[in-house]
Amino acid sequence: MTDVSAPAPRDERVKDVSALHRMLVRPELGGICGTILVFALFFSIAGDSGMFSLQGVMNWTTVSAQFMIIAVGACLLMIAGEFDLSVGSMIGFAGMLMAVFSVQLGLPMWASLVFTFAICTAIGGLNGWLVIKTGLPSFIVTLASLYILRGATIWGAIYFTRQTIISGVGEKAQGDWLAWLFGGKILTGAFRWMGEQGWIEVFTRGNRAGQPVVDGIPMLVVWALGLAVFGHWLLTRTKFGNWIYASGGDRQAARYVGVPVTRVKILMFMFAAFCATVFAACQVMEFGSAAADRGLLKEFEAIICVVIGGALLTGGYGSVIGAALGAVIFGVVQQGLFFANAESSLFRVFLGVILLVAVIMNTYIRRIITGER
Amino acid sequence: MSADTTYHHGGPATGAPIVEMKNIKKHFGHVIALNGVSFDIRAGECHCLLGDNGAGKSTFIKTMSGVHKPSDGEMRVEGKVVRFESPRDAMNAGIATVYQDLAMIPLMSVVRNFWMGREPEKGIFPFRQLDMAAASQVTMEEMSKMGINLRGPDQAVGTLSGGERQTVAIARAVYFGAKVLILDEPTSALGVRQTSNVLATIDKVRKQGVGVVFISHNVRHALAVGDRFTVLNRGQTLGTARRGEVDAAELQDLMAGGRELAELEGSLGGTI
Repeated sequence: MTDVSAPAPRDERVKDVSALHRMLVRPELGGICGTILVFALFFSIAGDSGMFSLQGVMNWTTVSAQFMIIAVGACLLMIAGEFDLSVGSMIGFAGMLMAVFSVQLGLPMWASLVFTFAICTAIGGLNGWLVIKTGLPSFIVTLASLYILRGATIWGAIYFTRQTIISGVGEKAQGDWLAWLFGGKILTGAFRWMGEQGWIEVFTRGNRAGQPVVDGIPMLVVWALGLAVFGHWLLTRTKFGNWIYASGGDRQAARYVGVPVTRVKILMFMFAAFCATVFAACQVMEFGSAAADRGLLKEFEAIICVVIGGALLTGGYGSVIGAALGAVIFGVVQQGLFFANAESSLFRVFLGVILLVAVIMNTYIRRIITGER
Repeated sequence: MSADTTYHHGGPATGAPIVEMKNIKKHFGHVIALNGVSFDIRAGECHCLLGDNGAGKSTFIKTMSGVHKPSDGEMRVEGKVVRFESPRDAMNAGIATVYQDLAMIPLMSVVRNFWMGREPEKGIFPFRQLDMAAASQVTMEEMSKMGINLRGPDQAVGTLSGGERQTVAIARAVYFGAKVLILDEPTSALGVRQTSNVLATIDKVRKQGVGVVFISHNVRHALAVGDRFTVLNRGQTLGTARRGEVDAAELQDLMAGGRELAELEGSLGGTI
C-alpha cells in the first residue's frame, strides 16, 4: 500500500489553467461579450438616431424587460432540465382570463388578477406533473399545451365576445391597487422634477405641455429586474438553487442523495408559468385590452435568450444573469435595427446566427468543464 | 456449501456486527435472485463481496441499501431488526452507498456535489441561504485529508478523474456519518493508478472505524484491502473467508463455480 498520509503530489500532466480559460467556463461570459458587442455596434451605426436619448433608452429597455421576464422563468426551468414551449400560449391565455374575469364577469380587477395567477401557475404545475409522471420529454408535453392553451384562448374570446380582442380592461384597472403593480410607473415625481429642471425633454404643446416625455419607470422594468435578481439569488445562493442544478445535472444521482427532484421540477414549471402571467398582466395593463394572439413565438424567444446567456439545453448548467443579458441583447438589437433604419426582417437573420453561435460556444464550454474530448 | 472447504461463515468475531443480514431471499416473480444470503459487516473492517456477473451482488446490495425489500430473511442494524422502506431509511440508519457511475454530477462544482441534499444554511427565513464559506472550507479540508488537491472548491467534478470522483463520493458519505459504506464496483472502470488511489481511500476510511462493503469481481483488488471475503454464486453465499485463509486462485475458483475455470486456468498457465 502506498503512503497515503502525504498530500497527493501535483500531477505534472495537468496544465495550469489560465485566467482566460477560467473566465471562459463562466456561463454568463457569452452574454457579457454579446452585450458589449451589441452596444458598441449600435453606438457606431445608430448613435445619432435618438436610440441613446432618454426616450430611446426607455424604448429598448421596455422591450428588453419583456424578454427578461419570461427568460428568467425559462432559464431556471432549463437548468432544472426541462423546457416549456407553452409560455407564449400561456401569455395569451392569461391575458384573456384577466379580461374575461374583469370585463365579462364583472369581477374587480385585483380579484381577476389573483384568479388568473392561481389558474396559470396551476396549469404550469400540471404540465410539470404530466412530464414527471409520464416520463415523456417536456418538449412534447408542453407542445401539446401550446396548442391546447392557444386554442382555448381563441375559443374563449369568441365565445364571450364574438371577436378575438376584449377591450375595456384599462377602465376596470383604473385606481385598482393590484393593477398598478403591473401597469403603473415608479419615480414619476423624480422625472417630473427633472423635467422642471430642464434636464430631460418635456412636451412643449398639447394638453400634456410641461410634463416630461418619459414620465416614470414602468413596473414592467421593475418586475424584470426584480425577477432577475430573485432568480439569480435563488439559483446561486440557496439550497433550493443547488437542487435546481442537481435535478438538471443528473436526476438519478440527485435522487440518491435525497434531492426531491419531482418537487423541484414541478415548482420550476410553475415559476415559468408565473413569469408568463406577469408578462401577460403588464401587457394587458399597458394596452388596456387582451387579444387572443398575444405572446406568439414568445416561448422560442425566451429559450433563445437563455441559450445566448450560456445555459445548456440539456440542463444542469446556466446562469440567470446570462439569461437577463441575453434578453438585453435581444431587445437592443430588435429596437436598434429599427433606429438604424435597417430592414426589420434582418432581425430574424441576426437571431438565427447568434443562436447558432451561442449553441456552438456553449457546447465547446461544456467540453472544457467536463474534460471530455 | 460442502463441509470439506476451508471457508467458513464469519469466525471468531472482533466486536458485534453493525449490519447483519441473515438468510436473505429475494424473488422477482419466478426468478429467484437471492436464495438465502447471509452477510455481516463490523466496524473498521473491509468485507469484500465477490461474485461473477449475475451472481446476485447487485440485488443483494440494493436490498441492503433499501432499494429492494427482501422477500424473506432478517436484517439487523446494531442488533435491532429493521425494515427499510426507501434508500432514505438506509441512509438515516448510517448505511451509505456509492454507485459507480451515479456518484457525482460532473457539471457541478466539488462543493456543490459534496453538500448536495444536505446543504448548510445560514440566515433567517425568507433570506436563508447557503453558507458557502463554511461549505467550501469543510470540502477543502476533507479533500486534502483524502489526498485530493483541488484548484479551488468551485472546480467542476467533470475535471476530476474517475478515481477522484469515487474518492469525493466516499469522503462525502463518511463526512455525513456513514457507519457502513457500500461501494459498488468502485474500481471496475478505473486504471491501475486510480484503482490504487481508491483502495488507499478504502483503507483510510476503514481506519476511521467505518465498515466497508466492497463489491467487486476483481479478486486482486479485493485481496489488496479486504479483511474478509464472501463469495456469491447463483444467489447463494458460498462462504466467508478471513484474510490469510484464502488466496486468489481459490477465490477465483469459487466465483466461477469451480471446475471449468480451474481447467481453463491450467491451460492458460495461471494468467487469469
